[in-house]
Amino acid sequence: MTSTESIVRDVATEDTPVVPATQAPPRTSDTPMIDRYGPVEKALLYAGAGLFLIFILMPFIEAGLVSLKPLSHLFSRPYNFFPENASFDAYVTMWQSVPLLGRYIANGLFIALVQTALALLLIVPASYALARFEFPGHGLILGGFLAVSMFSGAVLLIPLYRLMRTFGILNTYWAMIIPGTAFLLPTGIWLLRTYMLRIPRELEEAAWVDGAGRFYIFRRVVLPLAMPGVVVVALTAFITSFAQQFIFALTFNSKSELMPLSVGLFSFFGRQEVIWNELMAASITGIAPVLVMFVFLQRYLVAGMTAGAVKQ
Amino acid sequence: MTGTRSAITFAWLLLLPALIYILTIVGYPLIDTINLSFTDASLRPTVNFVGWENYQDIFNAEFGGIIVRTIVWTTFSVGLKILIGTCGALLLNAAIPGRTLFRILTMPPWIIPIPIGVFAWGWLYNGQFGMISAMLEGLGLTSGPTEFLAYGNTAFWSTIVTDVWIGVPMVTMYLLAAVQSIPKDLYEAAWTDGAGRFYRFRRITLPMLLPAIATMSTLSLIFTFNSFDIIWILTGGGPRGQTTTMIIDTYKTAIGSYKYGAGAARAVMICLFLSVFCYFYFRLINKVSRQGA
Repeated sequence: MTSTESIVRDVATEDTPVVPATQAPPRTSDTPMIDRYGPVEKALLYAGAGLFLIFILMPFIEAGLVSLKPLSHLFSRPYNFFPENASFDAYVTMWQSVPLLGRYIANGLFIALVQTALALLLIVPASYALARFEFPGHGLILGGFLAVSMFSGAVLLIPLYRLMRTFGILNTYWAMIIPGTAFLLPTGIWLLRTYMLRIPRELEEAAWVDGAGRFYIFRRVVLPLAMPGVVVVALTAFITSFAQQFIFALTFNSKSELMPLSVGLFSFFGRQEVIWNELMAASITGIAPVLVMFVFLQRYLVAGMTAGAVKQ
Repeated sequence: MTGTRSAITFAWLLLLPALIYILTIVGYPLIDTINLSFTDASLRPTVNFVGWENYQDIFNAEFGGIIVRTIVWTTFSVGLKILIGTCGALLLNAAIPGRTLFRILTMPPWIIPIPIGVFAWGWLYNGQFGMISAMLEGLGLTSGPTEFLAYGNTAFWSTIVTDVWIGVPMVTMYLLAAVQSIPKDLYEAAWTDGAGRFYRFRRITLPMLLPAIATMSTLSLIFTFNSFDIIWILTGGGPRGQTTTMIIDTYKTAIGSYKYGAGAARAVMICLFLSVFCYFYFRLINKVSRQGA
């Protein structure tokens, strides 16, 4: 088993139905009889699957095509799906129309990155404590963390706003980073704790017998072994943070040079005359880094996001 | 090494940073919300205790209608997410051999910032030049452009469809994992006994999948109830308040009109709903994990 396989396998707990890609049955010419479909069945299956994928992908396809259409063509009737005289002009002019676009993209990634780092600093020790030690209130704390993930920031917006004001950090990066991080912790702790439960205790006990201190064992024995789990948690936290930074950034910051992509483009979207081709071009450019990252790391992400969402 | 007093102290030390963080950012605000809901806090420097006044006010106003609308909106959205997600998981499990490709194609709505996807839907819903209006016209279902976001009824459904689009990937990925974890020998045994495909689906796939569907429905219910970005960006709660759910109403009251006290009372109502859902979720996962053990 390669290390990547074991990550995916181990992140899922015993009864989590996460099946890694590598367990797929080999679909060769000798597909067992039971899996064979007649031509009609096959056609129906593909039609259904096609319909499903069209629903999922249509907004992306349309956004891509819109970004290539000149405005005059966009605002013409009847509707044309395919662009005539397609051009990449919008990808050039958008930098003038949205002068801070580069900042927006960088801000979004920066906020997600700092949130991930901060979350990991809190998640890793807490997961170890909950995975290895029995103490009064253990179950209560685990349940409490789980309950936190049920409440969105939107419900707590008013006191959080006052809290950020008291800290004196309204209209800074911190006002967008600090509240969001709290909502990354529960999933991360559950996920990493589950992973750490599967690390055999023997190594820690051997180190203990050799006279190593508790913190030394945590840092030098447990942490290296838990690294694959930490990577999955970090990726999951990064993507979650990147996808859900809208409401705090909208409410706690009004400086345009600090806005992340979603809020920066929202003010562009809210105008009377939306320049749609540039908005779509800017959106696609803005999400491109994360989409590329996702294509390469999707295997870890699926493990993290599905297990984290459900396994408790 | 893990049961002694010094071990317990060590565990609490490791736990403390995360615990303090959660108590500051979630615990304290939760209590503060309840406190605020009994005051007339606003931009004015003075804050007076007003007792149950905020609660009486919201129930005298159109709040009942907002609760009903939120429940209808959430029910349809969750129902469609589960329905489409289940169909998607089953179809793609059967039809597409490459699981990696399927993941890459299904997950994007989930991993991009929600507003970015919503911008694209904003254009799709455009009446004069948008694709959906043109399609309905082309099929002869409508006789002219439909400005989806300008009318209460169509705006209500448009926000649901977009919310479903964002929620489906998670449901699909989870249920796909659940379908694939059903032991293969169950199917083989049934097949050997001559059971047809539909019979195997009804008697094996569906019952085995039901616990996963129940868990996912509750979880999705909680997320959907909390949904803010989509409605706020597409309609801002309009037209004429017809897409205003409890979250949007809270935001408009507290952040839009600076009525912190009145907004806090609405937030407390949301928390009550969420606590009920949470209770069911805890019960459900307890049951599932006991069955699994």
